[in-house]
Amino acid sequence: MIDVQAIRKDFPFFEANPDLVYFDNGATTLKPQCVIDAVTSFYTRHTSNVHRGDYAIAAENDRLYDGARSSFAKLLNCSPKEIVFTHNATASMNQIAYGLAHGFLKKGDVILTTEAEHASNLLPWFRLKEDYGIEVRYLPMDAQANLDLKAAETCFTPEVKAVAAALVTNVLGSILPVKELAAMAHKHGALFIADGAQAVPHMKIDVQDLDIDFLAFSAHKMCGPDGVGILYGKYDLLERMEPVFMGGDMNARFQKACTYELKHAPTKFEAGTPNIEGVIGAAAACDYLMQIGLDEIHAYEKELRAYFLEKLSALENIVIYNPDNEYGPLAFNDREVFSQDAAGYLAAKNIAVRSGNHCAKILHEIIGTDSTIRASLYFYNTKEEVDRCVKVCSEISLENAVGIFF
Amino acid sequence: MSEYENLLDDPMVLRELIMDHYKYPHNHSLVDDMRYRRAHMSSESCIDDITVQADIEDGVIKDIRFDGVACTISTASTSIMSDLLKGKTVEEASDLINEYMNMVDGKEYDAAKLEEAVAMKNVYRQANRIKCATIGWNAMKQMIAESEGEQ
Repeated sequence: MIDVQAIRKDFPFFEANPDLVYFDNGATTLKPQCVIDAVTSFYTRHTSNVHRGDYAIAAENDRLYDGARSSFAKLLNCSPKEIVFTHNATASMNQIAYGLAHGFLKKGDVILTTEAEHASNLLPWFRLKEDYGIEVRYLPMDAQANLDLKAAETCFTPEVKAVAAALVTNVLGSILPVKELAAMAHKHGALFIADGAQAVPHMKIDVQDLDIDFLAFSAHKMCGPDGVGILYGKYDLLERMEPVFMGGDMNARFQKACTYELKHAPTKFEAGTPNIEGVIGAAAACDYLMQIGLDEIHAYEKELRAYFLEKLSALENIVIYNPDNEYGPLAFNDREVFSQDAAGYLAAKNIAVRSGNHCAKILHEIIGTDSTIRASLYFYNTKEEVDRCVKVCSEISLENAVGIFF
Repeated sequence: MSEYENLLDDPMVLRELIMDHYKYPHNHSLVDDMRYRRAHMSSESCIDDITVQADIEDGVIKDIRFDGVACTISTASTSIMSDLLKGKTVEEASDLINEYMNMVDGKEYDAAKLEEAVAMKNVYRQANRIKCATIGWNAMKQMIAESEGEQ
């Protein structure tokens, strides 16, 4: 089991903010010292571009940058050459969408997704509809964003060529029956694309076991730096796929006559100078999580979430939208106070949560409310922090919410 | 200081004022009338989604209406704005909008002119809420600019 007090010592944030309860891990996560050190060592020791220099520190830099693929390959159980570094999960998802539109899909083809998705797994598809006439349809879900597999099967008409869904949804934390859905997609000749932004940091995701074709997630939600996204793709699919960006490092050669030849995956997807220190820091984060153990992290968070749910459910002023989901954030509201006002009161009491629609702007079709408070946990959070949060939640009222301004 | 100004200096009174305007917002329904121009404000923040209507004729703001989904600060500040600016000339309204914007930015302002709107004087302490306190006022500013552009 996780020794949470020992783990908290790895995070200088807690020393800098001793009174703050940070429950906004669905938005971004805190950084351990080893990640901070990995990033700063690029600035202090081996500053250089990648794949370009003939000197020793450049070679060290290349080793660390390309070595980062091995860390993520180990995390996902894939080959290092199946790991592409992008700038965030959104960039990964846009690369997948662009790639599918150029050589994989044609007008009239259908992408299946869900109403619980984050904007990054909807708007890229909306654009394919607009630009290429590729249709978007939604898989059926219940009020807590859980997929009905039986009903899903009926959605697979011959035009369906891809399924794109979050492994864990970002507001309700529902877990996709990913293995079954991927198998169903493949049975019907469709690709399976996973948004792993809220899943990969919190549980063991084995892309081979689950048979995922493409996976997108970001480093900053798993204790890594901002500005680094990861795109996993099965190698033959990556080789078939066109890159969004063209430019330096990704080309093998080009001629005056506007002809060119690209490098192989993953390099062909990494045009221009990448976020080198970010990628090196992301690998440090990846190694850090694997050292703690993804299964341990998952078990600890599940227990902490159950404790949080039990305490919060006891409050009469609070309505919870996802009580039956075993995992992920708690989405709730005070019965009388608008979510942003309630979150403002929590903030005044040093509890950091997010309010609003959390970039899942069609989710209200499922849960029937436009905006919620989202408290999202990570393995460094504690039961004491949950107790503090629940106590402040019990005190939410219009008087108190407006009172913070006086 | 008059008794009224004293009242508007009392934090408890200001808090009640915001709560009252939130629970029972004034001018809180839209009308289907061609004379009204309309500003839909939803892009500034993730949550608030309000529509403000104004009937501006011959340089005078004859009526202001609003509706939508919004937080306490957005709703109350828009409700207060609708009371304060209704009946004013566009020059007077523009001046009041400027004073109000100064206040929510934490700058010098004329409290007497702003009347109940001084309830929003501390919003600048929570920087992320400034957009809530200005959403309706910006809608009005936009509609005044449009009305002037047409002349």
